[in-house]
Amino acid sequence: MNPIRTLAAAAAAVLALSGTGLAQDTIKIGEINHYKRMAAFAEPYRKGIELALEQINADGGVLGKPLEFVFRDDDGQPGDAVRIADELMTRDGTVMVTGSILSNVGLAISSLAAQKGFIYLAAEPLADSLVWKAGNPYTFRLRTSTWVQAAMLAEEAAKTDAVRYATIAPNYAYGTDAVEAFKAALKKLKPEVEFVTEQWPALFKIDAGAEVQALESSKPDAIFNVTFGSDLAKFVREGNTRGLFDGRQVYGMLTGEPEYLDPLGDEAPEGWIVTGYPWYDLPDGPGKEFVDAYQAETGETPKIGSLVGYMTAQSIAALITKAGSTETDAMLAAFEDLKVETPLGEITYRGLDHQSTMGAYVGRIALEDDRGVMVDWDYRSPEPYMPSDEDITAMRPAE
Amino acid sequence: MGLLIAQLLTGLANAAALFLVASGLSLIFGVTRIVNFAHGSFYMLGAYIGLTLMNILPGHVGFWGSILLAGIAVGLIGVVVEILVLRPIYRAPELFQLVATFGVILVIQDLTLMTWGAEDQLGPRAPGLRGVIRILGEPVPLYDLALIGITPFVLFGLWWLITKTRLGVLVRAATQDREMVGALGVNQSWLFTGVFFLGSALAGLGGAIQLPKGGADLLMDFNIIAAVFVVVVIGGMGSLPGAFIASVLISVLNVFGVAYLPSSTLVLMFVVMAIVLTVRPFGLLGREEVAGEHGQVGEPERPIRPFGLTGRLIFGAIVLALALLPLYGSPFAQVLITDIVIFCLFAASLQFILASGGLVSFGHAMFFGGGAYVSALAVTYADTPMELAFLLAPLGAGLIAILVGWFCIRLSGVYFAMLTLAFSQLIWSLVFQWGEVTGGDDGLVNIWPAAWLSDTTAYYLFTLLVGLGGIVFLRHVIHSPFGYALRATRDSARQAEATGIDVRRVQWVAFAFAGMMAGLAGGLFVFSKGSIFPNELEIAKSFDALIVVFLGGVKTLSGAVVGGAFFESVKDWLTRLEYWRLVLGLVIIGVVIVAPEGIVGTARRVGERLGLVKEGEGTR
Repeated sequence: MNPIRTLAAAAAAVLALSGTGLAQDTIKIGEINHYKRMAAFAEPYRKGIELALEQINADGGVLGKPLEFVFRDDDGQPGDAVRIADELMTRDGTVMVTGSILSNVGLAISSLAAQKGFIYLAAEPLADSLVWKAGNPYTFRLRTSTWVQAAMLAEEAAKTDAVRYATIAPNYAYGTDAVEAFKAALKKLKPEVEFVTEQWPALFKIDAGAEVQALESSKPDAIFNVTFGSDLAKFVREGNTRGLFDGRQVYGMLTGEPEYLDPLGDEAPEGWIVTGYPWYDLPDGPGKEFVDAYQAETGETPKIGSLVGYMTAQSIAALITKAGSTETDAMLAAFEDLKVETPLGEITYRGLDHQSTMGAYVGRIALEDDRGVMVDWDYRSPEPYMPSDEDITAMRPAE
Repeated sequence: MGLLIAQLLTGLANAAALFLVASGLSLIFGVTRIVNFAHGSFYMLGAYIGLTLMNILPGHVGFWGSILLAGIAVGLIGVVVEILVLRPIYRAPELFQLVATFGVILVIQDLTLMTWGAEDQLGPRAPGLRGVIRILGEPVPLYDLALIGITPFVLFGLWWLITKTRLGVLVRAATQDREMVGALGVNQSWLFTGVFFLGSALAGLGGAIQLPKGGADLLMDFNIIAAVFVVVVIGGMGSLPGAFIASVLISVLNVFGVAYLPSSTLVLMFVVMAIVLTVRPFGLLGREEVAGEHGQVGEPERPIRPFGLTGRLIFGAIVLALALLPLYGSPFAQVLITDIVIFCLFAASLQFILASGGLVSFGHAMFFGGGAYVSALAVTYADTPMELAFLLAPLGAGLIAILVGWFCIRLSGVYFAMLTLAFSQLIWSLVFQWGEVTGGDDGLVNIWPAAWLSDTTAYYLFTLLVGLGGIVFLRHVIHSPFGYALRATRDSARQAEATGIDVRRVQWVAFAFAGMMAGLAGGLFVFSKGSIFPNELEIAKSFDALIVVFLGGVKTLSGAVVGGAFFESVKDWLTRLEYWRLVLGLVIIGVVIVAPEGIVGTARRVGERLGLVKEGEGTR
């Protein structure tokens, strides 16, 4: 057997696949995600997209054509995602690309988008560098930035008497970004606070007992939590068992999102102030209409991923309608200050940094019928919490 | 003082689940010599099955009964896996079985997702053990104390089984010399199956017993496997008391690490492993491996030789066909083949050190990713022109390999493999944690090739030239006098020494050379993707390469290339399907069973049978 023979066979297989021309009767959007690797987050997201597509196409689609998403799995590998994006744009005839939950995959696609000149809407990635430090003209982001969510919690924290703070965050970029943003925002509002300990458990490998002991031994007045998923469940359980949260205010990034709150069941930590998504409690309006439609369609309760998926498809439909074409240049021009009607009200993709003005719900966790819910919540627009326009312009690479 | 004791107790409690899982892996390895990557999957299954049972069975009996039943159920699943997947391939080359266990991981992942759904599940609390007691004022959860109490019983039970029963005698005998046990009339198959049952059941128990401290989620299989391997290696492969001591050591150190050095969480256990292996090359309680175990099982290797005229002609024709691809292929075909060629070069560099050198590296991605990072750092911080930065990739990776090699080549076999794994984790965590320089897991972006190469076709031709050139060069080195010397060190270090070969030096140079070629692949990779992230340094990346080498055929020269091309194209195609991991896992298991000598090795044998390839000619 020959080293190259199989290469040739592979090449032949690819050629056979690539020969098929695609009839241009739908407008195709590439959607790259980690459907298997992060199934708990990606599945509701995909269902949100599918619901939106159904509604958009029932209303006649965009530019008179049905809108279609091509879903592809990248296994959470940035290298694979880049190849798939290339394939979607050069072979499958998609007009732009969206997707990714993981920040690194989002950054990889974003870099390719700028190089090859196609539009990438980063739906879920949390890294703020997508629109700031590593921003580029072709990349846009929907989801509320980490900076803003941390600043909202810091604002709540500044209202209390607590001065000794401890932080616990997963040991990777999102965790360090969130802690940094929280510290900066809180220090600005209340310079006398001190941070007595910072804990950095490895992502999804938390040693919760040890972390709780370490936090307890530093005797903080309040705690800022960034852990999520299985780390959060373990942290909350050990913390409850060992009484870490007694008499201490805890601020939790994303803790109120159904993805993370629901699995906690009746052990949801009462009294935490969190960002999240209180879908069960929304008044009549577009937000409630989405929740009802989603439940009717899927038979499941919505997660925040469902909402983000839904808004992603809505944003793209609005974009193409405004652009009046699927040419990249026309869409780029239309994306600047694009306004989209969503379940959260109208959002705008800011021309300044390509970040959407999707906000966040901030509230307190309480127990109702043996499950955690957010109470006393309100929805906040992100703009008062953003860094100043000058700071953002300084951060973004010159275009 | 109270805090210190409380921390110690936390560490001991954490050691319980870890020890259960690790002892199972150690047992399986000791007797069957199988490096079972799927052990983490058994742990995950134990958690899910235990959780389901606990929701059905009530009360104290229900809780503890569920844990036992989960262990038995997982043990039976282990038996099914052993009989269906592993039994057909015991005669395959050493370590070949790890490819099959990799397939098993993928299958179990998708089956678990189908059965239990995507959402994380919180474990129930143990009835009667919900609270804490105060020891010197510090709260200690009752369930922690229960775990601490149970572990010695498990250890004692295993000790009794191994030292006092007939089964134990057979297991110990098989651990020392399994062929002799077979020669004495013991039915090895059933012994292996029994050990697999026991080992898997222990993993299942570990998964179920940790439920009150956490729960079940779909990532727990991969999340525990590295820690379990570390424990088994530190303790000494095959040693149960060693696994116990190592579990306690790692768990307790981890608790103190969290308290006094909070950002050490990524790396601590790998540092401990590197130190232990450097001081005690066979782990705390392990024994020296029997010489000749590795690379020498099964049929003796056939002599290798360069291509004949026909081979050269065919090779030339294929290169020509690939070079002309831009004239008739789609742009995406070029992108895909670029990826495949890069991966094949990476895999070929691993095969060089693994097959010709007999040094199994579990951390080869550190050179691939390391090379890529060297280029990316040069571009990001020094605005180095792409051409120069590209050359820095193999040089940087080679340098890393020289350093790492100095530590690693004193060891052999699985311990060598694990030390390379430890170093690759150290480099990974350095890159991951040193965010100011390396960007952490947000990586380095906008690393694009120079203008004359930025076109897809230009870069495709460049990759073809460098990648195929690299592969040809690797083959050339194997046929050079240095290659002969290297194979001599593999086949018999003692004889090689006697003929005047400096064994250590030859191995060291070969290790550095393989690292350099992996770095070359990394350089090609970073400029084709435009970005680099720590994923390319991960254990999973090293294992991808390892798997394709075995899949292609470890005892053939072109195994890595064929396996790499096969794996990458099949994966690219399968990820379009809904349950692609299940299908990919089944494909891998299927290939492994049908072609126990790898794709190339088995194709050659079939060719000889059919008379298509002459005996001895097909050895290229």
